[in-house]
This record gives sequence, C-alpha cells and structure tokens, in this order.
Amino acid sequence: MQLSVWTYEGPPHVGAMRVATAMEGVHYLLHSPQGDTYADLLFTMIERRSKRPPVTYTTFQARDLGKDTSELFQTAALDVVTRFKPDAMLVGASCTAELIQDDPAGLIEKMGLPIPVIPLELPSYQRKEHWGASETFYQIVRHLADKDRHPSDRATRRPVVNLLGPTALGFRHRDDIIEITGLLGKLGIDINVTAPLGANVADIAKLGEADFNIVLYPETGDIAADYLKREFGQPAVRTVPIGVGATQDFIREVAALAGVDPEPMLAEGLSRLSWWSRSIDSNYLTGKRVFIFGDATHAVAAARVASEELGFKVVGLGCYNREYAREIRAAAKLYGVEPLITDDHLAVETAIQEAQPELVLGTQMERHIAKRFSIPCTVISSPVHVQDFPARFSPQMGFEGANVLFDSWVHPLVMGLEEHLLTMFRDDFEFNDGAGASHLGPGHSAPAKQPELAAPANDTDAVWSDEAARELKKIPFFVRGKARRNTEMFAAEQGVSTIELATLYEAKAHYAR
Amino acid sequence: MNAIAPLSAAKAVDCVPVLKERGQREVFCGLTGIIWLHRKMQDAFFLVVGSRTCAHLLQSAAGVMIFAEPRFATAIMEERDLAGLADANEELDRIVDQLLARRPEIKSLFLVGSCPSEVIKLDLSKAAQRLGAKHAPQVRILNYSGSGIETTFTEGEDACLASLVPIMPVLPASAAKNLIIVGSLPDIVEDQFRRLLAELGITSVASLPERAVADLPGIGPNTRFLLAQPFLGDTAQALEERGAVRLDALFPFGVEGTTNWLHAAASEFGISDSHFDTVLRPYQDRATTALAHQRTRLEGRSIFFMPDSQLEVPLARFLANELGMRLVEVGTPYLHRRHLAQELAALPPGVMLSEGQDVDKQLDRVRAAKPDLTVCGLGLANPLEAEGLSTKWAIELVFSPIHGFDQAGDLAELFARPLRRRDVLRV
Repeated sequence: MQLSVWTYEGPPHVGAMRVATAMEGVHYLLHSPQGDTYADLLFTMIERRSKRPPVTYTTFQARDLGKDTSELFQTAALDVVTRFKPDAMLVGASCTAELIQDDPAGLIEKMGLPIPVIPLELPSYQRKEHWGASETFYQIVRHLADKDRHPSDRATRRPVVNLLGPTALGFRHRDDIIEITGLLGKLGIDINVTAPLGANVADIAKLGEADFNIVLYPETGDIAADYLKREFGQPAVRTVPIGVGATQDFIREVAALAGVDPEPMLAEGLSRLSWWSRSIDSNYLTGKRVFIFGDATHAVAAARVASEELGFKVVGLGCYNREYAREIRAAAKLYGVEPLITDDHLAVETAIQEAQPELVLGTQMERHIAKRFSIPCTVISSPVHVQDFPARFSPQMGFEGANVLFDSWVHPLVMGLEEHLLTMFRDDFEFNDGAGASHLGPGHSAPAKQPELAAPANDTDAVWSDEAARELKKIPFFVRGKARRNTEMFAAEQGVSTIELATLYEAKAHYAR
Repeated sequence: MNAIAPLSAAKAVDCVPVLKERGQREVFCGLTGIIWLHRKMQDAFFLVVGSRTCAHLLQSAAGVMIFAEPRFATAIMEERDLAGLADANEELDRIVDQLLARRPEIKSLFLVGSCPSEVIKLDLSKAAQRLGAKHAPQVRILNYSGSGIETTFTEGEDACLASLVPIMPVLPASAAKNLIIVGSLPDIVEDQFRRLLAELGITSVASLPERAVADLPGIGPNTRFLLAQPFLGDTAQALEERGAVRLDALFPFGVEGTTNWLHAAASEFGISDSHFDTVLRPYQDRATTALAHQRTRLEGRSIFFMPDSQLEVPLARFLANELGMRLVEVGTPYLHRRHLAQELAALPPGVMLSEGQDVDKQLDRVRAAKPDLTVCGLGLANPLEAEGLSTKWAIELVFSPIHGFDQAGDLAELFARPLRRRDVLRV
C-alpha cells in the first residue's frame, strides 16, 4: 500500500477515457461500480466539454456480485450499440471490476457485435493514467489501422505526416495542434491524421498513408509510434517543439524527413521570445532560480527554455511519471541538479522549500505549494485546473508557443523596471514591504511581521548582530531571503559565530556573480 | 400536527407513482462525503483503504483544493497487496503507523472501506479493533464503508454517523430528556438551530456529529432526535436500537419545513403552541420576505431532479409549495418511505417520482420535457447547458448552508440564479 493525499495521475482507465473522449465515434464500455462516473466531470467541468464523455459504466452493486455482473456487462454492451451506434467500441474494467474477473474481453467476443471491439487490459493496481492513455491509443491503432494503406506516389503530392498523442484533458493540446499544423503547412507539409484528438475510425484506418509520424506527446503517443514504425516502416520525429531552440530543431528534423528546405522558415525568426529575452528589460531575469516539475516531456522542455532562452538558473527538475525518468535524469545532469522522480507531492513540497526558487514551473499541485510559500508559479503541465483551459489561443508549442512561454513565465515575476523602483523607494514610508497594498487604503497595514531572525534559515549556529540584522532589512524583500541564506552559509563556511555588518558584505562579494 | 400527519401520509404515498429504474447511474459513491465530514469533525482523519481511483475521485470531487494538507488520505492498494490478505493487513498497519506519526494531532481515525477493499473482503472492523488496541488511548479507530457498491453519495455520511452511535456515552433512564440534531450541518446553521431551540426553551441540545468526535453526545431512553438530513436511515436505526426516539417531521427546508421540524421538537418537549408561534414569528416573516424576492423568478417554472443526494423530495416539496415551481420529475437514488412519509404527503398530487437511475433513459425524459431547470450532477450539467437546458449543480445543495429560516432565501436563490443568468446573457 501507498499512502497518498493528492495524486498527479488518475487510474489507467481515466487515461483510456482521455483517448475515447478525444475521438469521434468511439465508445468506451467500462465495467465498473457506482461512483466511477465521477471521471465524467473532469471532462465536462475542468475542460468545459459540451458533450458527455462517450463512456458507459455498467454500475454493478454489492447485490450483483457473484450473480449476474457478466450479464449486466453484456446487456450494457447491447445498449451501447443500439443507443450510440459507435463505429468502434473499447471495453475494459475499472479497478474493482478487475478484481471480480468477469473477463470483458472474452464476454464481448462471444457476443459477435457488428462493430470492431477493442478489449483493453489496463492493470489498475500497477499502472496509471498516462500509461492507460498510451496503451489505449496503441490498441486502437493496432486494431484499426489498415495494413494495406501506404503513402501514395511521393512525386505527385506534398509530404504528409500524422500528429500523434494529443488527448482530451491534455495541457494546451487543442492549441498546440493548431500551431504545429500551421507551422507544418508553411513548410509545405500536410497532415494526414491527427490522433487521438479529433480522429474517427476512418482516420485511424488511413494512418499508414503518411510519410512519417510526429510524436507531440510521448507520454501518450510513443507506443503507437513504435508500432507504426514496425508495421508500416514510418519513421517518427520525437523532438518536442517547446521553446525556440526545440522548435528550430524540430523544423530541421521534420524538413530532413520530408525533403523540404527549412532555411527560409528558420531565417524568418517567427518567435518574439528571442528579442524579448535579449531586450534590456530582461536583464533582471538573469540567474533567476527556477524549480521545474511536471510530466517528463514538459519538464525537460521547460528546463531548456528556462536555461537557454530566458537565462534562468534551474535549481530543481523532476517528473511524476516514472516511465520517463531516464529523460529527466539526463536533463538533470545537464543542469547539475538532483533529479526528483516522485509522485508524492509532499516530497515535491520539501524539495521546493529546500531549493528556495524565485519561480516555480509545475502542475496544479505545485501552484498550490508555491502559493503557500508565496513564490510566483506558472503551470506548464497536467494535471491542470479549469483555468488552464483558457478561452484564448494559448499554445505551448511552436513559435507562438514560445511567445506564450515568455509571457506566462515572466509575468508572475517582479519586472525589471519595477526592481529599480523598488530599490529607489525601499526606505519610503509608504512603499516598503511592511506597508500594506496602496489600493487598500491607509487603514490596511501588512500582517504583523514575524520576528525574522529568530532562527537561521540554514542549519547554522551563527547569530546576527543587531547592526547586520538592520542592514539585512534594508535589502529589498524579494532578494532578502537569498541574501540571508548566502550570508549564513558564508558564515558557516568561515566558522563565524556572529554575523556582523562586514560578514554580510563579505558574503555579498563572495557570492557575486 | 405530528399525530395526524403520518396517517394522511400513508394514504398519499399509495397515490404517488414511483418509477423504479435500474441501469447506469451518474452519481458519486459514499466516499465523497469525506469532503464535508472532515471539515465538520475537526479532530478526525479519514483514511480510505482503496485504489488510485478512490484517491482520484476525492481530489476531483474536492476540486483539487490543496491549500492545506487535508485530514483525509488514501491507502492505495497495489498489486502485491492483492496477492494475500495477511499481507494487506500488515500493510494497513504500517500505513496507519506512518500516518499517526506524521499527524500526532489526530484523535479519531476512520478507516473507510471502498469497492476494492469490499471485494477482496478486507475486514476493516477487525483492523479497527486491532489498531484501536495498539493506539489507545491517544487515538480512537473507527470504520465504515463508503464504497460505491454499498453506498450512494450521501449514504457515506449515513454509514459514518452510524459507526459513531455505538461509542456515544450512555445516559441513564433517570437522565433528563435531551435532543440530538442528527446530520452534519454547516456550523452557522447548527448554531442558528441551537439558538432557536434555546429560545423555545429546549436547552439540552446536542448534535451528531459534534465538531469533535471526542464530544459525542450521550444517549439513553430519554433521548429524542430530529433528522436534519433525509439520508440517514442506518444512523436513525442505530440510534433507535440504543433507545432514542425519532421525532417525525418534515425536513427543515423553507418556512414550512423548518416550522414543522421545530414544532416536532417543541411539542415533544412540552412547549406551548402560543410560545412557539411567538418565538418563530419574526424568523418566519424574515424568511417569507426573502422568499418573495425569488418567487417572482421561480413561480410557474418547471424543474426536473436527477437523482443525487436524497435531498430531492424535501427540496421539491419546498420549491412546489413555497415558490410555486412545477415538478416534472423528482428522481432520488433511494426513497426512504418511513422518514419521508410527511414529505411525500406534502408533495402536490400527481408528481412523478423515480427511484434509482438509468441515466440515458432519464436524459431522454429530460429532453422530451424541456424543463426550465434540471438539477443534476457535474458530469451532466455542461452537456445539458450546451443543449440549451438550464441546470443547477446538485452538489452545491450538499455543500452550501441551505437549512433553516435564515437560509431559505439563499436556497431559493440557488435555483433562481441559473434562470436569472440565462435572462441576463446576450451572447
């Protein structure tokens, strides 16, 4: 058993739901007890979908156990076929149904239904949501992709590709697809099929007609892409185009496979991120400490953007999906940090606390953690909240995606000019961290201040002299924590027991970058 | 009024047609109750012994609110726990030790059974005894089932409260008459009821649950109890088995329901009707004024209840009798006829009642009837809105303070708001 308060991923059948819900004409018959229908609200509430997920729950109860749960399942299967008339049906069991061992696959096979039926084996007590989505998509492709379809004569047409991996409830999948489809179109490449999101059974059948595949979301598309490579010989592009550099790499890789010239597009420089980041206001971003956690793909991509394109310092990097731990370990090595691979949000909280970042890039969980620590945070990965499905176009991928990254990561921070103003006004009686927000009027003072130097921030025994403590307070509040930490660390290294004014400035010189 | 009401109810019930349905249900399981129960009982921790699905349900239903470490968690069973039962028990002991070490402030721990724990027949009452002996006296360990195969949504609270009844202190036959309000209510509502009862002259009033499990009220042959919620069948039975007597009444929604509910207590405790009327008049007037604002919006409008919390019948009675709404269908997951006898009698004649659910068939009826408002779960609300039907999230009726005189206006407003919004929007 594992003690869990909040989880990053749901059970694997929720992953299967994300695939079924993303597609058209596919229905999922889930052998499950009452209550498993809660998962519908993820789609109808968080993603604001206007249709119910195409899922029928058999809803067995205690009194059905040991009697007719398999009959219940077969009746439900017939109901699905008559009522929803799907082009294909997925059948499987949720965690409880797995235990009663009704064998949905065997039951359905005996029924001889008039539509393709795809049995799913998703071990609920071993696997999780992303794996479930990936396996489901693979099974759909394996059952429905027509092995006789192949690319037509290359000389008579533009190159065509499949985009693999986007699902329902994915972080910005809706907008990424639009952005990448547009980008490929400009390169002279057409889309054969995007799947699972928006694909129907006929689309899956013609996957083999593409020249190659692009895996936008490895967590959900990798296994299907492997299969297509084996079965149809289609190569796969696996560079995820998040950030300017990765998008350029992606363009080169895609162009090479498609036999088109990437240079005109690369020369055009379609992202504002490069200039925004080089512009003088962005100087203050240099070396900002950033902690990154999410699914491995988004986390690794974010680390590259943070480090190379915004000039941040990556002080923490991790993911919750063990299946991609290797990618995280490799990236963590690159940035000289300890990789954090865990699905325990309390361990993430501890790591964030220890790293003392100035910005957290994470999931909905890290947003709450950061809120508690009063650290700015931007969401970069699922699991996400209703507000991470914005009304506006807001991709993460491609050049427009890079613009979105710049805005959404930088806006939570104190801005460059503001930093100068803060320094200028720091002793002003109306403008300091002890005064309340001006828009609340003079009656509102900030919450009573904690005795700040009661205990050192680090495990040191150094004591602050009054003079040094006063000086520390003059340092703007948003860098004070770092100054204090550095000074105490310096004092410990030097074996200084009392931190004097001089210690503070010696530490400052020591850590100057 | 108490003496005659059940008789007329018995007659009326026979006239009420009930459609019993069996099929796919779109309702939460009993685990969901943990979300409000853990806020109410502040010294208690709820440990679900279940699967990743259980943990995911709790966090989805709670809206991924992690502003603080909550007082609930899931012991997620894994492949190796399913290999042998002895192993699962040892694992559970280890998890409980780990949890209690981490949260030393916990005084009561509920082990909550789930679908998988029921199916593998993991005996949580034995586990509670074993662990209770180990961690006594610092921590009291209790258990109940919130599984979907046993409980529907609010029945989880019923199971939880029923598990508390055996440990309520014994009151002797010589003890003075006391009153227990049964059902988890928001603190503000609980306080209002206690003030009102005190004004009426009933002072020995307690609640089940109290704000701490440690403060459970005493129970004996002179204990009387009022159900504040219509879904507490097992709890009521357990209380009756310990000698307490249930006071039959309408449920305290709206002016009619709240008056009737308080009157049941007043007459039992020998309060004169004239004093009762004098005390209640200002509260009733205030509530009536508040309802008048919403009545203009709701009168004549039609409403369809999908089954959700078992609050449907009392709420339908309130909406029909006090706000003039037309009841198209009142669906409820389970109809507790004895506790709802007066409610059923008070419904307008010819109301269509349904018990259980076959969600697709019921949605067909919703589409055919095109009600002005459909009360339904979160999974159905947006899809129905997209079809042009206004909806009210049923779960808000469980999470919001809606009982009593001073919430009657708010309760009506919950139903009026979707209609008002529909009138306001021009997009």
